[in-house]
Amino acid sequence: MARQMREIIWRTIRAISTSVLFTRLAKGVMTVFVVMTLTFFIIRLMPSNPIEIYINQLVSQYGMSFQEAKNMAASLFSIDMDAPLYVQYFSYLGNLFRGDLGKSFLSQGTPVSSMIAQFLPWTLFSVGVSLLISFSLGIFLGMTMAYRRGGILDNSLSTFASFVSSIPNYLVGILFLVFLGVRWKIVPIMAMRGSTSPGIQPGFTITFVKDVFFHATMPILTYVTTAIGGWMLTMKNSTVSALGEDYVTVAKARGLRERTITVSYVGRNAILPLFTSLAISIGFIIGGSPLIESIFVYKGIGWVLWSSISTRDYPVMQGVFLVITISVVMANILADLLYSKLDPRIKAGQG
Amino acid sequence: MTMRIRALARSLVLDPLRVIRRNKMGFAGFLVLSFILLLSIVGPLFIPLDTKTKIDQIYNPPSWKHILGTDSQGRDIFSQIVHGGKDVLLVAFLSSAISSMIAVTFGSLSAFLGGRFDSLIMTVTDIMLTIPHFPLLSVLAAFVKFTSPVMLAVLLGLLAWPGFLRALRAQVLSLKERDYVQAARVLDLGLGHIIFREIMPNMMAYIAIAFILGMTGAVYSQVGLIMLGLVPFSGHNWGVMINLAWTRGAIFYSGSMSYILAPIAMIALFQWSMVAFTRSLEEVFNPRLRMGQ
Repeated sequence: MARQMREIIWRTIRAISTSVLFTRLAKGVMTVFVVMTLTFFIIRLMPSNPIEIYINQLVSQYGMSFQEAKNMAASLFSIDMDAPLYVQYFSYLGNLFRGDLGKSFLSQGTPVSSMIAQFLPWTLFSVGVSLLISFSLGIFLGMTMAYRRGGILDNSLSTFASFVSSIPNYLVGILFLVFLGVRWKIVPIMAMRGSTSPGIQPGFTITFVKDVFFHATMPILTYVTTAIGGWMLTMKNSTVSALGEDYVTVAKARGLRERTITVSYVGRNAILPLFTSLAISIGFIIGGSPLIESIFVYKGIGWVLWSSISTRDYPVMQGVFLVITISVVMANILADLLYSKLDPRIKAGQG
Repeated sequence: MTMRIRALARSLVLDPLRVIRRNKMGFAGFLVLSFILLLSIVGPLFIPLDTKTKIDQIYNPPSWKHILGTDSQGRDIFSQIVHGGKDVLLVAFLSSAISSMIAVTFGSLSAFLGGRFDSLIMTVTDIMLTIPHFPLLSVLAAFVKFTSPVMLAVLLGLLAWPGFLRALRAQVLSLKERDYVQAARVLDLGLGHIIFREIMPNMMAYIAIAFILGMTGAVYSQVGLIMLGLVPFSGHNWGVMINLAWTRGAIFYSGSMSYILAPIAMIALFQWSMVAFTRSLEEVFNPRLRMGQ
């Protein structure tokens, strides 16, 4: 009886540990852990690390005693500097797990976690909307190109896609700003700064939703323009190869409706490979957000990262970097799960 | 003897050139890329850099004397474009060389040795692949002073290998099962021989293409860091030009358009030409693709 129980438990453990979800989660946790350790070592151990710089600054500029300055720094970073290093490391990790990311240098005493809660939603919103638009539009255009390959539409869209997908997105952003905003004055670039207009009441009202989209227009336009080319080209190639598969020929021979073949035979199989690049694309777009957001002064997490680096606000920098990593990791896991849901062959447990 | 030289020239230069011309997009990329390389490497020898501040010539529109106009200090923009490519190219090339070396060495070792070594390498690769590069680079830039392009290239190269390594490992895994590799293994020719003599020649296309795409990645991060002002490069560089034009508000003067547009155009063309050129490379190395067209 006991042996049977043990057998069942073992089997369950093995099933869980080899499942896609578990391996993905484990890798994600490991990634976050590596980044936490990295930031700890950067902040605490590098020669002329920010804590030392900060203490020296307090002593020389504000005439504090060394002990006072040290206490001040310790409270901002939530680190007890007299404890042995490994104790500091574990208490640092413990603080992070409790959501205590330290406090900002500049806006004295503002917890980094509340800053992140304020700015992160805007980045997730603009990046999420952009991905949705560029992915679905790219798939649609890519399939159209594949069905009309060799035609004028295909050739011009291919040229457009290959050009747009190879130019760095922030340069496209600057071009939009220069032409749409400054030269031709189509877009009120100054009024669009920030993530919402000052004084607007958040809520599910039409004015608020309109305002949110108004401010996110330029970042979304930039992300979509630069990301769509890649989706179009990949979808075209993938559709072309799906069209040559035997099951499509068989489906045609069976006399199935053209629409059914396009959607559930060609489309479904052609989209699958795209989900593997979805994860990479999410990481790339979120990672590039400091550039896009600082160009348009869109106040999301990327903008905060850029401004904290240029003002040397180390606790903010460290917290924001960690949160960006966590978002990318979660987006990766989500994309992987979506992929395994769509492709029945993956479920067998091959990571 | 001359026959052999001619044959060699044909197989090394003429045949690839003919294939390159077959793919229109690839050929256009090849031409633009050659032009940029020529302009940036040979150009500085003939066109002197204009460094003199001339207050009476600020933001002059393009003219015969200054074909791209002048910048915020009255200096010729065209001469800055000619001199500004060298560092961008150097960083891109060096960084991609470093990351390709890491990817090829560890990717093929990982595929061949398998087992614990493979899963260790793959775990490290997956973690490195997930950490968002640009934020990591910008945080590092706050601590490390990147004073020289070479330093930046080394750092970019040390971070950029994971994607390439994964793709290369998958390639090696499939090549490993081919008959000629199996034969070499049975003959016990040694891992070095198998990797460098049997497998690598069959992956040259793959490596060349990944190397060029690696260069585009390095340009993205490099110019991005410079543009945000996180890498305090002095000197003449397309990225620095964009940064200066940006911070000095050049975008708001109609006369100064070419100061910000010229370096953007150069970087955009450089990136596009490299990506387009890889199309031709695919055909040079993979004869099967040529039939299709």
